[in-house]
Amino acid sequence: MKRPPTDPEAQASRIPRRALVLGLGQMGVAGLLGWRMRQMQVEQAEEFRLLAEENRINMRLIAPGRGLIFDRNGIPLAENAQNYRIVIVREEAGDVDAALDKLRRLIFVDAAEMERARREISRRSSFVPVTITDQRSWEDVAKVAINAPALPGITPDVGLTRNYPLGQDYAHVVGYVGPVSDYDLGRMEDDDPLLQIPKFQIGKTGVEQKYEQSLRGKAGSRQIEVNAAGRVMRELGRDPGVPGTDLQLTVESRLQNFVEARLALGLSASAVVMDVNNGDLLAVGNAPSFDPNKFVRGISVADYGELTGNKYRPLGNKAVQGAYPPGSTFKMMVTLAALEAGLLSPSETIYCGGYQRLGNRRFHCWKRGGHGHVNLEKSLQQSCDVFYYELAQRVGIDRIARTARQFGHGQRFDLPMSAVTAGVMPDRAWIRETYDQSWRVGDSLNASIGQGYVLSSPLQLAVMTARIASGRRVMPRLVRAAGGMEIDIEGGEALEIEPRHLDLVRQGMFAVSNSNRGTAYRSRIDNAGLRMAGKTGTSQVRSTVVDNAEVPWEERDHALFVGYAPYEAPRYAVSVVVEHGGGGSSAAAPVARDLMLFALHGQLPPLDNYPAGERAEVEEMFAGLDLRDDFRPTRIGRSRA
Amino acid sequence: MTHPDTDPRHGPHGPAKVLHLNWPLILLLTAVAAAGFLMLYSVAGGTLDRWAEPQMERFALGLAVMFCVAMVPIGVWRGLSTPAYLVSVALLVGVEVAGTTGMGAQRWIDLGIVRLQPSELTKITLAMVLAAYYHWLDPRKVSRPLWVIPPLILIAIPTALVLDQPDLGTALLLVMGGGVVMFVAGVSWWYFGAVAAGAAALVSAVFSSRGTPWQLLKDYQYRRIDTFLDPASDPLGAGYHITQSKIALGSGGWTGRGFMQGTQSRLNFLPEKHTDFIFTTLAEEFGFVGGVSLLAAYMGIVVFCLVSAVRNRNRFGALLTVGVGTTFFLFFAVNMAMVMGLAPVVGVPLPLVSYGGSAMLVLMAAFGLVQSAHIHRPRTR
Repeated sequence: MKRPPTDPEAQASRIPRRALVLGLGQMGVAGLLGWRMRQMQVEQAEEFRLLAEENRINMRLIAPGRGLIFDRNGIPLAENAQNYRIVIVREEAGDVDAALDKLRRLIFVDAAEMERARREISRRSSFVPVTITDQRSWEDVAKVAINAPALPGITPDVGLTRNYPLGQDYAHVVGYVGPVSDYDLGRMEDDDPLLQIPKFQIGKTGVEQKYEQSLRGKAGSRQIEVNAAGRVMRELGRDPGVPGTDLQLTVESRLQNFVEARLALGLSASAVVMDVNNGDLLAVGNAPSFDPNKFVRGISVADYGELTGNKYRPLGNKAVQGAYPPGSTFKMMVTLAALEAGLLSPSETIYCGGYQRLGNRRFHCWKRGGHGHVNLEKSLQQSCDVFYYELAQRVGIDRIARTARQFGHGQRFDLPMSAVTAGVMPDRAWIRETYDQSWRVGDSLNASIGQGYVLSSPLQLAVMTARIASGRRVMPRLVRAAGGMEIDIEGGEALEIEPRHLDLVRQGMFAVSNSNRGTAYRSRIDNAGLRMAGKTGTSQVRSTVVDNAEVPWEERDHALFVGYAPYEAPRYAVSVVVEHGGGGSSAAAPVARDLMLFALHGQLPPLDNYPAGERAEVEEMFAGLDLRDDFRPTRIGRSRA
Repeated sequence: MTHPDTDPRHGPHGPAKVLHLNWPLILLLTAVAAAGFLMLYSVAGGTLDRWAEPQMERFALGLAVMFCVAMVPIGVWRGLSTPAYLVSVALLVGVEVAGTTGMGAQRWIDLGIVRLQPSELTKITLAMVLAAYYHWLDPRKVSRPLWVIPPLILIAIPTALVLDQPDLGTALLLVMGGGVVMFVAGVSWWYFGAVAAGAAALVSAVFSSRGTPWQLLKDYQYRRIDTFLDPASDPLGAGYHITQSKIALGSGGWTGRGFMQGTQSRLNFLPEKHTDFIFTTLAEEFGFVGGVSLLAAYMGIVVFCLVSAVRNRNRFGALLTVGVGTTFFLFFAVNMAMVMGLAPVVGVPLPLVSYGGSAMLVLMAAFGLVQSAHIHRPRTR
């Protein structure tokens, strides 16, 4: 293909010429596209409209059944109940107001509910079914169904909704679900189409939130053909989806119920009961509590205001979120740090004259008159502060912190509950980073009696106690099995502490509860096989010593108690914090004993486990407890309704 | 070889260059992108943060990239053409080796911040290297067989790599884009006639190879062609998209159902409603008027490129501008033809409107080249 060479000028002019050809070609294609658009959208528009209206093949999502939650014995804690709803499709209803008026003449619909539905109807596309009202009775559904011809676009519908049969017992642990909100959608990196379903329920707190992904399951879908009236003509295909995974928790519902009821006798308290051998959390209690079922459909503003305005914080899971000065319950950590460092011998005594002088400051013992000569056992038994001021100076904060961290202080446990706190276990590095200050000896003295910067949660105190009792690094566990698969028990390796040092501390804790000068002697267990070892704590909220009877609730001391039993063969560890309850021996220790005895017996304990003088009082207290008796054990993995 | 008229000293300097940008073109690009934001907001069910907001951020980034590319003299870009082409070919080889699989085909390289699609990049670097080639070549030699072979090889290498991914749509775009640059550069009509004949032969070969051991395309590609030829044959399977797409588009009518009121596109029948099928939603909600307006805006961009090329006496600048304009044209023409049932479903996005980061950035960079050619065009006194 030889062509005679043309002159450069002609060649150069080829770009404009060819570009013009190209431009014309492109215009032609664009014209074709425009013509096609006109053909489809103008000439055949009616035809396509008809196709669109008459023969819509569309996908409808099938919401999978949410995974159920059981306690360790298969008692359901969260289940799915039938929920009868009345829904409306705007484009089928025609005159929405007229249709809603007709509906209101037929069944009662709350005015606020109706208002919410109207807003929802105007926001959603015209073909999306909007729930007008839900949780209806069967009669209401029947009335609507019978009158269907007179109620265009309005149909009864049945769905599943979450129900918490044990109500407030598990409000904090299991948490609750609620309708997905725009805020949730914006916050979550989750494009699961299920979230687009109006009022779809997702976990908001607790296990429900932390296990949202496995509990939710996977959406199924139906491919259906619908006609102009929106009636489903036929189903073309169906993918049932995957139901959510069932969970079994480690908690024991009778004990949990007792814990909640027992704590509710006080104003604001929390407690943890834990298995010292495998770390299973048997009960995580908080008082006051609330009914999580109220949140499922979206709680009313008034109810919510009441919960958030309550100064005893019913919404908080204080057992894992609350960070309190551990007070004297921290003294075991200081003892162990001193023993491990070789700076304390078991028989050594330190003189307590009621205070310790540091520079020109005096650090007082709680007992103004002093304890006299105090050895290790007596220091725990009578909770002498001066003994620990002395140890703190010998050992230093860094070594105390290292030991305490081995027992769980300052550590955030990875449990599926909301806002689990790490507390604070201060040391020199910590105060430099946090406050840009250097650590002073006075800070160590405060820390040695669990005051100052040290903060721990009831959960951490229970873990500490379980580790002292077992000598092993027990890890708390809340979920026992997911989808029928047992979850591994973590931890359990031996602590890096001399076993004989642990024994010395255990003996001290035994003396606290069982020798007649011990701070918790009044709250001892009077059953030789089940005796408890423990430690009281009273932690100041204000920097000066106050008389609890004379100051308002907010300024009173926190009362704490930690303990384990039976002393000879430990099974359970318990921690109790009564917020602003006063003294640990008077406010927290009796509660802890009740929880421990219930855990050991699996039911209300026999009165002869209590010292003779107290039995009448205990009996009266038991009679006043608001306990439930309607536990419905179910086999795990039963078929869903 | 040197051209006396490429002396850049006569052009604008420094910040004054900004005034010489082709501002109407920028305005049109922004208008088209804005239509995209609107539609992404709509298909996300009235939420910004799902698709519209990330898309806005990318467009802003794209504009910045365009300005930066535009400020660099066109001669520099010509010098970079060959390395850029080689890098993009290397990246194409790279996806073969290390790419992660997206949508069943190896197309991505994960760079951490963005997932780079080297085939996007290649569409531009191919236009660059061809323009540089014809800039260098004596215009009298363009039609000699020996000098026609190198550009054919330049086109064939990336096309073969892309076909292997397999991405038929991009392969066709590369061939057509490269062919147009050759055409505008002045290669004789005869060659194009020969290629057309060859293509016809290839098409028949593709169909006759079906079912034989040396089958030329993947099964799904054959099915797409079947579906294209007769969408009704499989209304729930492969033909489902195109049937639903046509119903949605057609039911839009003159002025559409109104913003956010589309029923068809909202019924979740299209899994790619925010990418390849976004034009369907626009046509359903804004009707014929909306669809034609977008088409007009697109054609405006193409015409601006052509006019800029015709008035540019720097051969590289002119050919590159044509190449970019044509690639852009092919994008939207193929996409629209696809959703209107005029072309098979080949997976080509609607440029600047479909959700997607790497396509948007590459296009904006390409328009940066067009702007650079425009600013730094030779000026005669």
